[in-house]
Amino acid sequence: MKDQIIEVQDLTKVYPNGKVAVNKVSFTLNKSEIFGMLGPNGSGKTTTILMLLGLLDATKGSVSVLGYNPLRTPLEIKKRVSYLPDSVGFYSNLSAYENVDYTTRFLNLDGKERKERINIALKKMRLYKNRNDKIKTFSHGMKQRLGLAEVLIKKPAIAILDEPTQGLDPESVSEFLDIIRSFRDDENMSVLISSHQLNQVQSVCNRVGLFSQGSLITYGTVKELSEAQFGTNRLIDLSLEEDADISEIAQNIDGITQIKRTSPCEWIFSCTKDIRSKLVKALVDNRLNINSVSLQMYSLEDIYRSFFEEVKNGEE
Amino acid sequence: MAKNKGHALTGLNVVFVKEFHDFTHSARMLVLTILILLTAGTSIYVASQTVKSCVGEDNFLLLSLFTLSKTPVPSFLTLMSFLVPLTGIALGFDSVNSEFQNRTLPRVLSQPIYKDVLLFGKALGSLASMALVLLSLWLFVIGFAMLFLGVPPTGEQISRAMVYYLITLLYGVLWFVIALFFSIICTQSSTSALVSIACWLFFMIFWPTICQLLSYAIGGTNSIVIAKTNSVLARISPYVLYSEASIAILNPTTRSLGVVLFYQMDGALGGSPLPFGQSFLLIWPQLTSFFAAIILIFTFGYMKFQRMEIRV
Repeated sequence: MKDQIIEVQDLTKVYPNGKVAVNKVSFTLNKSEIFGMLGPNGSGKTTTILMLLGLLDATKGSVSVLGYNPLRTPLEIKKRVSYLPDSVGFYSNLSAYENVDYTTRFLNLDGKERKERINIALKKMRLYKNRNDKIKTFSHGMKQRLGLAEVLIKKPAIAILDEPTQGLDPESVSEFLDIIRSFRDDENMSVLISSHQLNQVQSVCNRVGLFSQGSLITYGTVKELSEAQFGTNRLIDLSLEEDADISEIAQNIDGITQIKRTSPCEWIFSCTKDIRSKLVKALVDNRLNINSVSLQMYSLEDIYRSFFEEVKNGEE
Repeated sequence: MAKNKGHALTGLNVVFVKEFHDFTHSARMLVLTILILLTAGTSIYVASQTVKSCVGEDNFLLLSLFTLSKTPVPSFLTLMSFLVPLTGIALGFDSVNSEFQNRTLPRVLSQPIYKDVLLFGKALGSLASMALVLLSLWLFVIGFAMLFLGVPPTGEQISRAMVYYLITLLYGVLWFVIALFFSIICTQSSTSALVSIACWLFFMIFWPTICQLLSYAIGGTNSIVIAKTNSVLARISPYVLYSEASIAILNPTTRSLGVVLFYQMDGALGGSPLPFGQSFLLIWPQLTSFFAAIILIFTFGYMKFQRMEIRV
């Protein structure tokens, strides 16, 4: 089986009123990979997801999910792909078990297997004790966990999670991210995750794609994106004891691409490699006292902000 | 193990069973059923007291239970013409928009089913629950008649009563389909409920007045044209179609519906009952109108639903 299990090429969605919701989006999802679709609300992430599932017709472009075309064979895709929608909804008059049992019946499993799968998934999501409770008694986090249980029940090749951590407390977010990691590592699933909570997504994704106004601006690993955007992916924070201009000293060090003074005693260096030892040596040789020096990587938020500033400036 | 590969109606049975279970176990269905049973029971009891004296004289005693009234209790037929639309509306007004409001639509439609299966399943579930309620009521009336009047119904009476059951079911389904249509086009359940009830009130209260005004405007001073126009326009109302069809089938002496001129009555045997087949032919246009209206409104709703985006 080939590695790319989702292939999207020039996918476009134009509504009858002329609004372009998705504009020539192209990307791939590899086997056993977590791909993050990042972007603000209304940037076309959910529309793209719905087109992948065959729940929305594409205006132009091609999509292949596990080798199937979502418009021609949506059922084949829906059998193999689980979807957790943004703010997942359940029937409040039914219990947790009844809710997932309803959707599991569509899978055409025999009764014993259906029951077994539901119970295993509910146990994994720590909801087994609450299985007979009505959904109206569930918190937002519990509902999201039940949504993930439903994802697991299908035993899919791909899980598509739309804003799965939205509205969760920090503890639940951390738990959720662990579950999502386990989907890839233990269940051997590929995961497509849409979010605007960048730092959370950064910690679980192998690759990310940045969406803006219906277009996929760029995609790749965080390292690739930071190198593409800043020419490097490393940052060195330096704090001196005294006010001194060290730009001339730093310029002579090989590997520094950018120097920025953030306050009289504080500096940030963008580098292609770790130059801390060389920098410290040069400063000490010049009799300068150092408070602290630390190496950081560019965060997804830095990259995202920088990309969208460029987009904004381009529009202006 | 998966049992089959799936087809166009994959999952229809799952949606149907869930909807049927939801309807038959819902508080609103229980309240409506109790209301119908109480009012219909009272009406039937009052009618049975009136017809008791005619036992042995009237060949269609059972059928007269449906149509007889005694002030202040209206006939069973009149009560049904009010309560059946309410049942249809109660079943349909939030069928689709509640799925949007509860955000359940994307979750359900991401399962291996086609979008229209959900709508078909909902419609069939409602149809089955309404058929069940009306059948219970029908059996209740027949049983009541046998118990209190002590006369077993004839085959023709049962046939006519069954056709009446079919007419009542069609009438209920039409109102369900109207409510379902509004639940598709209105995003809020409260709005669709209000619009459906407004539609019902319009046909029950305002439409007869509007028909009269329009008939006079069209017919001028020609009383035959006025009467014919009024009769045609009035039949746009489901209530009129239901009343006409029910009376013709429950009262075998009804020989025609609408305007009848004197010369047309020449040679007619007044007061003698029509055979079942002839009565059925008489109501055939009303039955086909019901079918046509149901299919038309459902098709409009279906088209709108298929074009809707599943996102809230």
